[in-house]
Amino acid sequence: MLVFAVRRLLQAIPILLGVSLVVFGLVHIVPGNPIDMLMPPEASPEVIAQMKAAFGFDKPLYMQYLLWLLRALHGDFGVSVFNASPVWGQLMTALGNTFVLAIFAALLGFSMGVLCGMVAALHHGRWPDKLFSAIATTGVSLPHYWCAIVLVLACAVLHDWLPAQGMGDDSLPLYERLQYLVLPVVTLSLIPMGVIGRLVRATVLEILGQDFVGALSAKGLTRWPVIRHICKNAAPPVLALMGLQFGYLLGGSILVETVFNWPGSGNLLNLAIFRRDIPVLQATILVLATFFALLNLLVDIAQAAIDPRMRR
Amino acid sequence: MSHATMDEFATRALPEAVELPAAPAPGYWKSVGQRLSRDPVTIAVTLVLFGILFITLGAPLVTGYDPYVGNVLTRLKPIGAAGHWLGTDETGRDLWTRLCYGGRLSLLAAVLPVSISLVVGGFLGILAGYAGGIAGTLIMRTMDVFYAFPSILLAIAICGMLGNGLTNSILALAVVFIPPMVRVSETVTTQARHLDFVEAARASGTTTLQVIRYHVLANVLGPILVYATSLISVSIILSAGLSFLGLGVTPPQAEWGLMLNSLRQAIYVQPYVAALPGLMIFITSMCFNLMSDGFRSAMDVRLSK
Repeated sequence: MLVFAVRRLLQAIPILLGVSLVVFGLVHIVPGNPIDMLMPPEASPEVIAQMKAAFGFDKPLYMQYLLWLLRALHGDFGVSVFNASPVWGQLMTALGNTFVLAIFAALLGFSMGVLCGMVAALHHGRWPDKLFSAIATTGVSLPHYWCAIVLVLACAVLHDWLPAQGMGDDSLPLYERLQYLVLPVVTLSLIPMGVIGRLVRATVLEILGQDFVGALSAKGLTRWPVIRHICKNAAPPVLALMGLQFGYLLGGSILVETVFNWPGSGNLLNLAIFRRDIPVLQATILVLATFFALLNLLVDIAQAAIDPRMRR
Repeated sequence: MSHATMDEFATRALPEAVELPAAPAPGYWKSVGQRLSRDPVTIAVTLVLFGILFITLGAPLVTGYDPYVGNVLTRLKPIGAAGHWLGTDETGRDLWTRLCYGGRLSLLAAVLPVSISLVVGGFLGILAGYAGGIAGTLIMRTMDVFYAFPSILLAIAICGMLGNGLTNSILALAVVFIPPMVRVSETVTTQARHLDFVEAARASGTTTLQVIRYHVLANVLGPILVYATSLISVSIILSAGLSFLGLGVTPPQAEWGLMLNSLRQAIYVQPYVAALPGLMIFITSMCFNLMSDGFRSAMDVRLSK
C-alpha cells in the first residue's frame, strides 16, 4: 500500500510540471510582451522597460519560467499588476470563499445523489427509478449559470425570500449570512447530484446482478446488512467521481460566482482576465489546477486503500 | 490455400461478409436502426433538434423582424406583447427573432469545437491505441497534463488570453475537448486491437493501414461518434458560458449566452423574458444528451435481445 502511494506520488510530479508549463505558456500564446499590452500607448519606452524589469518580463522565456516556478514553489506569486497588492493574499481570501461554497455544495449534492441513486437502483424499472432518471438527465444538461438566474428570479425577484447577490457583511448575524449561501450552493449542487446519482444507480445495479448478493440473502442476511455490503462494493468508483466533482466545484464555479457576485476564486479569475492582470491570472489557474491534480491523487490512494485490486 | 488467396481473403473478409445474400440475421447497422425506431424518446428529441435547426437556419422564414434593429420605444416588453410574442430585449429588438438568429452562432460555436476535436483527438487516440509504445505513452501522458485542469477553467483561461471572439472561443473549446476524445478513442482502439479477428487479420499478413481501415475503424467509429454527440451537449453549455462571461461572441451579434448575460441586467424589469435564452441552451443541450443516450443503447449489442 505504501509502495503504491509513493509510486503514485512520483507519477504526479511530471504532471504537475506539465501543468506549470501550460499555465506559463498560456500567457505567451499571444505574440507580444504582456507589459506592452498593459501599458497605455503614450507611455515612454523607459517606463515600459522599467515595468518589464520590475516584473521580470525582460529575461529570456526559459529564465522567466524557472524564476516564476521557483518563486511559486515558495508561495510567492508576486504582486498584482492591477493594484500592486500581493497575489497570494488575494488568492487565499478568494479560495477560502470558493471553498465554503464547494464544501456545502458537495455535501448537499453528494448526499442527494447517493440517496437518489440507491433508491432508483433498488426500485429498478419502477416509478422512483424513472423519476430519478429524468431528474438526473436534467441535472447534467442544465446550464448552471442559467439555473442560477432562474433561482434568483424565483427566490429574489418574484418573491423576497433570499438575497440575490454577494456574501453578506461580516457584521450580519450568522443565520443571515447563511441565507446568502443558499442559492449558490443549491445551484452548484445540481450537477454533482445528477452525475453521482447516475453512477451510484449504475454501479449498484451491476453489483445487484452479481452472485455474492444472492449468496448473502441466501445465507439469511436481512435487507440492511446486504445493503451495507453493496455500499462497500460500490464505494471505490463513486468516491473517485466525488473527488473529480469536488475539483470541478472548486475550479469550475466561475460562472456561478459571476451570477451571484460571490467573491471567490472564479470571480478573481474573471476580473484578472478583464484587467489583463497576468500574475493573478497565472497564480489562480496554477493553484486551482494543482489542487485538482492533487485531489485526483488522493482519490486514487483512497480507492486503493478500500479496494486492494486497485493497487496495480 | 495459397498464401496469396489467404491474404486476399483476410483483407476482404469483412466488407464482403456483410453482403452475403444467404445471411439470415440482419446486419449490425440495420438492427441499430430497428432499435432506434422503437425508441420514442430518441425520435422525439431528434425531431426537436431538427425543429431548432429549422428555426435557426430558416430564421427569415419564421420571423419578419431584423435581429439587429430595435425600437427604443418598445424596449423590454413582456411575453405576449402585441407584435412581439416573446417580448423585446433591452434595446427593443424582437426576442423571438434574436433567439432564432442567435441559434446560428450558438450551434456553430458548439458543434465546430467538437468536430475539430473529433478529427484531431480521434486521430491521436487511434494512433496511441494502435501503435502503443513510446508514441502512445507520449500522447497519453501529454493528455494527462490537460486532464489536470477542470474543463471550464482551461477554456476560460485560453479564451481569456487569446482575447474574446467567436474564433478564439471555438479554438479554446477544441483544445478542451481533445484530451477526453483522445482517451475514449485510445480505449476503444486498444480493445478492438485485441479482438480475435483483428489479430487474425494481422497474423495473415494484412498491412497495417488495411487493418486500421477495415477492422479497427469499423469497430471504433461508432463509440467515438456517440461520445462526440454527448460532448456537443457539454459544448453548448460551455460555449454559451464563455459568451455569457463576455469571452466569446461579441455584441451586437445574437448568441444565446450573450443574450442571457445582457438580459440578466433587466431581470427586475422583465423576469421571464430574461430567462428565455437560457431555456434554449437548456433544451438544446438536453436533446443532444438524450439523443446520445439513445444511440448508445441502440448500438450496445449486449442489450439487444
